[in-house]
Amino acid sequence: MSFAAPQSPPRPVLSVSQSTIIAKIRNFQDKPRVWSKFADDAFKLLLLICAVSILVILSLICYELITRSHLSIAQFGFKFFLSENWDPVAGDFGAFPFIYGTLVSSLIALVLAVPLGLGVAVFLTEMCPRSLRGPLSFTTELLAAVPSVVYGLWAIFVLAPFVRRYLEPVLARYFGWTGLFSGPQFGIGMLSAGIILAVMVVPIVSSITREVLTAVPQHQREAALALGATRWEMIRIAVLRNARAGILGAIILGLGRALGETMAVTMVIGNNPQIVKSLFAPGYTMASVIANEFAEAPGELYKSALIEIGLALFIVTIIVNAGARLLVWSTTRGVPARVHAQ
Amino acid sequence: MPSSNGEIHAQEAKRISLRDRYRRFKNHLATALALGAVLLVLAPLIAVLTYLVLKGIGSLNLAFLTKIPTPPGEVGGGMANAIVGSGIILLIGSVIGVPLGIGCGIFLAEYARGRFGNAIRFVSDVLNGVPSIVIGMAAYAIFVLRQSHYSAVAGGFALGIMMVPTIARSTEEMLLMVPHSIREAALGLGIPQWRSTLSITLRTATAGVITGVMLAFARVAGETAPLLFTTLGNAFWNFNINQATAALPLQIFSYALSPYDDWHRQAWAGALVLIILIMGTVSVVRAVAKRGILSGAR
Repeated sequence: MSFAAPQSPPRPVLSVSQSTIIAKIRNFQDKPRVWSKFADDAFKLLLLICAVSILVILSLICYELITRSHLSIAQFGFKFFLSENWDPVAGDFGAFPFIYGTLVSSLIALVLAVPLGLGVAVFLTEMCPRSLRGPLSFTTELLAAVPSVVYGLWAIFVLAPFVRRYLEPVLARYFGWTGLFSGPQFGIGMLSAGIILAVMVVPIVSSITREVLTAVPQHQREAALALGATRWEMIRIAVLRNARAGILGAIILGLGRALGETMAVTMVIGNNPQIVKSLFAPGYTMASVIANEFAEAPGELYKSALIEIGLALFIVTIIVNAGARLLVWSTTRGVPARVHAQ
Repeated sequence: MPSSNGEIHAQEAKRISLRDRYRRFKNHLATALALGAVLLVLAPLIAVLTYLVLKGIGSLNLAFLTKIPTPPGEVGGGMANAIVGSGIILLIGSVIGVPLGIGCGIFLAEYARGRFGNAIRFVSDVLNGVPSIVIGMAAYAIFVLRQSHYSAVAGGFALGIMMVPTIARSTEEMLLMVPHSIREAALGLGIPQWRSTLSITLRTATAGVITGVMLAFARVAGETAPLLFTTLGNAFWNFNINQATAALPLQIFSYALSPYDDWHRQAWAGALVLIILIMGTVSVVRAVAKRGILSGAR
């Protein structure tokens, strides 16, 4: 079946004066349109520059670290990270004691901070009375607002003496056989550094875990409760299991923070580049060797060795953070990793 | 019911009630453990704040706030130059970090919904995780090595960089809370997009954006590591932004590690001043955020 196209009515013929008036009106309308198009583009360009500046900053940091450390990279190669010698006088540099110290202190911090952080997050999202939730979460987040140097000050004068007098004798008596808790008890050492790091890592783990737990759909909780689960069973089955990727992300983000934390650790770890099994012994971390020695390091090679440590720290934290962010995003937003099939 | 059957039922019920009791016990145990975690986490916070007040308030006097440090070992003096120096460095940091951060946040909220936006978001999260000492090192390489002198500008640059990701993400979050209908209404009235973004969307979210800025400010105000080899510290007054400048966190650090009792006391006082500055900022932020237009949406 076909219909005949309706005849369009003949266009009215405009007189000359009418068409010039319309042209004038058009012109009048177009001028601001051109201007506002330009302003819009300029505005967008300005914002784009701001956004791209983040990329530029990150690549600039990377570029500077690589070019300034090439002396050390060329001299020592990969051996730099495996050698235990740190002898500025002889010009022999190896970063292994610092890598060891960073890993061990961060590990202590995670062992202490992860259960606590998870406990806080679970309590605040699932168990806490509504009226307490706001004040309590604000208070736990205040932990993150205390500057590192203030924690360090407190750790030197309060925590380290406490650890020396009360904690280390007890640990030595009951767990001395493991070899981890033996030797002279200074209070200043890996253990204190790990504890103060844990205090600083807890708010990160707990706040991101809270974010992840809140993103678990409410109906999952309701379904578990409807099947007769107790509250804890509901949390374990419906909440924690759904959020495990995000929780792992939160833990890894905490690790990222612990690896790069500088001031508090520098103030209590004892700053001695050695590898000792006992956690009572002083150690040294990558960040604290930079903090202590960089400003006064004489000689190009010394400086460039320290910058190479910084470069290593930079690369490791970037990998750690990128991985953790992807995990967190995969649970809270489903971007850019794949969304879970519900 | 036959008695044997009843016995079986009774046994069954007992078994179930035992299991139930065990489950209920586990539930209570988990609650207790979680509550214990909260208390254990709050303990160091309370301990730190108590010690700060107890030890700091005794040394906090007029001389501390108005005088510059004495030579090593001499009693007296204060941290006036460090407080002012911190102000200068933070001002430079804010001048660099705040516009960049807000601009980036607006871009992410209004123009970047796609792959490119996600890339920027991702990079900004990653930059947020870069250790502050590494950022300080980069600022050293960019400024101090090129100009061959320490300066407040180098330190301010490092702090400014650290502010950008925090501000960008919080600005984005706040702008996304502004209802879409407001944007559409503005565009429907023929207002160009840049104007609508600046005077309508951003205006509506002002309280939230300021909150983000202040939180970023509070976060970098206590940073020490990026200043160690950029502003270096200074025992005297200095108002030249191209010279080594004293900063409060640096002063606390070096005084805490010094062998002098009087300097230890001053370190506590300095830490108290620093924490009051930071907590004050955070509290103001909360007050502003509560009164803000978007408070209902949070």
